[in-house]
Amino acid sequence: MKKRVFAVLMASVTVAGLLAGCGGGNDGGSGQSENAEEGKVINIYSWNDEFRTRLEAVYPEVESTSDDGTVTTLKDGTEIHWVINPNQDGVYQQKLDEALMNQADAAADDKIDIFLSETDYVYKYTDAEAGVAMPLTDLGIDPETDLADQYDFTKTTASDRDGVQRGSTWQCCPGVLVYRRDIAKDVFGTDDPATVGEKVKDWDTLKGTAEELKAKGYYTFASYADTFRVYGNNISEPWVADGETTVKIDPLIMDWVKNSKEWLDAGYLDKTVKGQFNDDWNKAMGSSSKVFAFLLPPWGVDFTLSPNWDGDTGAWAVTNPPQEYNWGGSYIHAATGTDNPEHVKDIILAMTADKDTLLKVSKDYLDFTNTVSGMEEAAADDTYASEFLGGQNAYEYYAPVAENIQIAPLSAYDLGCVELFQNSFSDYFQGNVDFDKAKENFETAIKERYPDITEVQWPE
Amino acid sequence: MKKKRKSVSYAKWGYIFILPFFICFLIFSLIPLIDTVRYSFFEYYRSGIKEIGPNFIGIQNYISLLGSDMLKYAGNTLILWVIGFVPQIVVALLLANWFTDVRLKIRGKQFFKVVIYLPNLIMASAFAMLFFAMFSTNGPINSILMSLGWISKPVDFLGSVIGTRSLVGLMNFLMWFGNTTIMLMAAIMGISPDIFEACELDGCTSIKRFFYITLPLIRPILAYTLITSIIGGLQMFDVPQILTNGQGNPDRTSMTLIMFLNSHLKSKNYGMAGALSVYLFIVSGILCFFVYRMTNGNNDDGTKKIRKKARKVRKGGR
Repeated sequence: MKKRVFAVLMASVTVAGLLAGCGGGNDGGSGQSENAEEGKVINIYSWNDEFRTRLEAVYPEVESTSDDGTVTTLKDGTEIHWVINPNQDGVYQQKLDEALMNQADAAADDKIDIFLSETDYVYKYTDAEAGVAMPLTDLGIDPETDLADQYDFTKTTASDRDGVQRGSTWQCCPGVLVYRRDIAKDVFGTDDPATVGEKVKDWDTLKGTAEELKAKGYYTFASYADTFRVYGNNISEPWVADGETTVKIDPLIMDWVKNSKEWLDAGYLDKTVKGQFNDDWNKAMGSSSKVFAFLLPPWGVDFTLSPNWDGDTGAWAVTNPPQEYNWGGSYIHAATGTDNPEHVKDIILAMTADKDTLLKVSKDYLDFTNTVSGMEEAAADDTYASEFLGGQNAYEYYAPVAENIQIAPLSAYDLGCVELFQNSFSDYFQGNVDFDKAKENFETAIKERYPDITEVQWPE
Repeated sequence: MKKKRKSVSYAKWGYIFILPFFICFLIFSLIPLIDTVRYSFFEYYRSGIKEIGPNFIGIQNYISLLGSDMLKYAGNTLILWVIGFVPQIVVALLLANWFTDVRLKIRGKQFFKVVIYLPNLIMASAFAMLFFAMFSTNGPINSILMSLGWISKPVDFLGSVIGTRSLVGLMNFLMWFGNTTIMLMAAIMGISPDIFEACELDGCTSIKRFFYITLPLIRPILAYTLITSIIGGLQMFDVPQILTNGQGNPDRTSMTLIMFLNSHLKSKNYGMAGALSVYLFIVSGILCFFVYRMTNGNNDDGTKKIRKKARKVRKGGR
């Protein structure tokens, strides 16, 4: 008897459990079938809230965002779900890869609709073979006409091997030299960007200037990592050529090693700052630091320098860098298999091709946006002057750099190469290992990160 | 009816009640374990977002691991573990002895027990991040030392091998000594007070009492602590990973085995990672066996025997 009661009880518990499961499933199912054409949820994968703040500020369809910033509701009721994972240590890509591989089996509302990528690894996702980013033409965007005003190199970067564009960006990241006005006055007697620009116009002149700065007790840059992008993003051959398994180190990269060691030993760089985006680096941007300048793109000024600066506004100014370069850039991709193609198309067009929107982003966030004609206007328009830069119109310096950028050829291995190379040679700069050991460490590290890499070729 | 009931085997219910554990173990531990071993014979990784393999390659993974710096990382792991474990066990023994000593009459015992356990409640990664900020070249520790006039220029803690390793050791020590103390206290309190009383009557000093009564009697718990600590040490990961940004700086001297494993998993290299895991499995198996034999000797019931007796038995046994 007892047994039977027990059995009935167990059975009913099981059935109840099943029913509960079904109930949940049914709700989800019916919600979808009502909107078979466009999904109710747009999932956007990103590594920080930069894109979200931009979108909230300028996308006309935005209704509201939840307090924790995870859900943005559009006017037609569609919800944007933000999936944010930090970039550091490859976390973002791991999560994104996982989600992309499950894309086909995911429920419509769980499918990724838009994901962002950075110049360092954009190539991994635009690869035609991988097929995870939709060609823009499939969405109904014609790059020739719709994106005609974008800078050419941004279009090249977002294209696959065959030149099919699979992403678009709202920003363009010409690097400039940002310096402290008070230090410039102390050392050169003037803080005029044109005069200072003359003093930093190429590496040789800059070296002389560094000596002047050192005599007064200042560092030229904070860390050896600061100059890496100037060399690394001007290389002529990709780190790994298509279809090959050899990492080829460009001679320019070795120049960086040589010069960095020289500069560090000469005392032009702050020895205590190791790498970027760490506590010491952030402090080097503060008012008590002795660092004269940083090499930063526009987002760097807005996103890292400005929050770390604790002195009066107007203490910084920009001028031309010793060499033109590009650093970063966030690309927006439509994920293959999206259930919201119309929304995605609208967002991409509104965020990356609408000149007025882009100019608004530029004005509010000091972002250098992806519109050639717009940026030319901004450079000539004094209303784009920045308070943070002491009333200077920075676009005057960004625009010419942007037009001269030769984007370095990309490979899918860029992120790991850049990260591991800097890390391995960090030990060498600090005197922990000798030059050959640093090379060896890089070889070990790169083969560990990418099992398909078989060899590392060093320039003669 | 009554007779039938009497013949019911109650053992059955025991099995039914432990069944959930075995089912969970089977699904979440055993199957992945076997899979790990299986994949270790395959070439199986991801390049970009393209999957390569699985292709059967025999023991190629094991061979190439032997050719890599694996042994160096094993050495690192051992050093980091020892740096943390030695002070941990010494301090824990001392504290446990003091806290349980009836003659000392320490006040606020409960309070101290909570305080020393607190570091363990912080997430290791948060703890490591805290240390990373505190010991950075321009961090608070350097500022304090400099304003005290002890050093003239900032010490580059994380830039030197000794500095990084000591910091990792220090953190592991801080995180785990409370846990060990509480465990050892429980062990000491399990010793019959009669024995302590007897030894006191015989005129034992507290040092003698510690070495001849307490230590031998808590040996099973000490063995347990050692075993769990070794296994924990082999799996050391979060603290050095966060402290050195996953790179094992400087010159890969604080790269532990699991960090090495983790860098294989960045490219989803299941084959190589599997082979490494199998090595680790074998090593921890052997270590466990040795430690168990060493500390347990022949008497599993060590709590009731004093050291002298145990020694005799052991001598006779060998």
